[in-house]
Amino acid sequence: MDTRSAQPHGPSRKVIDAMDSQHEGTAPASPPRSDTTLRVNGKPHTLTVDHRRVLLDLLREDLGLAGAKKGCDHGQCGACTVLVDGRRANSCLLFAVALDGCEITTVEGLAGDGEELHPVQRAFLERDAFQCGYCTPGQICSAIGALAEAAAGHPSHVTDPRTPSGEPVPLDREEIRERLSGNICRCGAYPRIADAVEDVIS
Amino acid sequence: MKPFAYVRADSVEEATDAFAAHPGARYLGGGTNLVDLMKLGVETPTALVDVTRLPLDVVEELPDGALRVGATVRNSDLAAHPAVRDRYPALSQALLAGASGQLRNAATTGGNLLQRTRCPYFQDLSKPCNKREPGTGCGALEGVHRDHAVLGHSEQCVATHPSDMAVALAALDARVELHGPEGARSVPVADFHRLPGMHPERDTEIHPGELITGVVLPAATAGLPSAYRKARDRASYAFALASVAAVLHLKDGVVDRAGIAFGALAHRPWRARRAEDALVGAAPTTAAFEHAVDLELAAAEPLRDNAYKVPLARRLALDVLGRLAPPATT
Repeated sequence: MDTRSAQPHGPSRKVIDAMDSQHEGTAPASPPRSDTTLRVNGKPHTLTVDHRRVLLDLLREDLGLAGAKKGCDHGQCGACTVLVDGRRANSCLLFAVALDGCEITTVEGLAGDGEELHPVQRAFLERDAFQCGYCTPGQICSAIGALAEAAAGHPSHVTDPRTPSGEPVPLDREEIRERLSGNICRCGAYPRIADAVEDVIS
Repeated sequence: MKPFAYVRADSVEEATDAFAAHPGARYLGGGTNLVDLMKLGVETPTALVDVTRLPLDVVEELPDGALRVGATVRNSDLAAHPAVRDRYPALSQALLAGASGQLRNAATTGGNLLQRTRCPYFQDLSKPCNKREPGTGCGALEGVHRDHAVLGHSEQCVATHPSDMAVALAALDARVELHGPEGARSVPVADFHRLPGMHPERDTEIHPGELITGVVLPAATAGLPSAYRKARDRASYAFALASVAAVLHLKDGVVDRAGIAFGALAHRPWRARRAEDALVGAAPTTAAFEHAVDLELAAAEPLRDNAYKVPLARRLALDVLGRLAPPATT
């Protein structure tokens, strides 16, 4: 088990003073922290996290997993998308302390134990579904989440409302584009991203 | 971001007790709006009471045919729930028209109702905003307000409520269940959000310390034809410029029950009572729908740059009502 302390970037003296007046801690007080255990790509990590630490920063700065990217840092671009207990989520909007006990999968954990890439990763390579590549880890994690949602019968905005509940939703191109709309690609590689996801389905 | 204490609650009582014990606390649901506002410095809670692990993540059928949705049910799960898709299609459609797949996986039913306006003046600490800081003025009134309110606004605030889900819940006569220091109560969703008036800092009728525990969809609107339609600047993943949810029941060739609510036109989901009153007892014809919708939108007072919302909302409403009525009657 990997146990280390996740230090925030040096809280200012002013912040520490503010904490002293709010909590009965004796100087020098530090911002509130809690021990948090996460399984990241199959490996357990227990860290003492500052409550302000979001999952994205914990992954990148405390665990050295720089695959998930910081784009907007406000849940608008999807570059930080990872899987939390198998569901896709914006890691920039999740406080790590609230995820105690959760299973996190990042782009680094998608490939199997060997060198075998995940089918979605392979399809992105084969279709050259990126230009700069910054949004790609988020696109791939999001696509994997979206495929699982469709398989579980989750409809989307463009699903015909008459589609029977609870049955897998077939994904055509319009469905893929709608379901991946939370991932922005400023290079505009959308056609090939949709191609890659279509390849995985067929 | 300011430091804060973190408390994970395992029961509703634990949550409300923890909230009471920490002045300046906020409940944490999916965090999709609250965490963002904390990063912006708009929200500065001293403590977060995490309610996501409360046993409220269930959708259950009640003996009278109503459907109770727990406050922590995620938006994606609610939209996909067979009972919601089959009996309250407008709600499923509204949820799926909002945000992105990632955000819907995180956002909760309770949190969706309590999300704050996306008015850019509210989100920018360098700008005046009576909602964020009462008495500082409204930057949007004479500023950039293309996305803002055309109904029910005040000199103090022209912000709109951003939720799609709440618009469908208002049209479907859903109620919000609340649990607080003074016990439990419930409020119609249509009355839960406020108009800004002199106090835009208050979004809803929730009392300090109260926690949303669930939403109840009534048996009366279960299985009735209902639909949601939203207009936005891009085809997906954008807030509404205008939206409408409607539920319509016909009996003996006339409208027996109508529930209509507009989104993105006001500080709250705008329940169109005048239009509904005009429709009940009328044959569901295009002329009747036009008359009813025009009666409602006659109250609109657009700002300098958002008059387009009135005809947009009108066309959305006529389209949805026309689709809910059998083609032969229109």
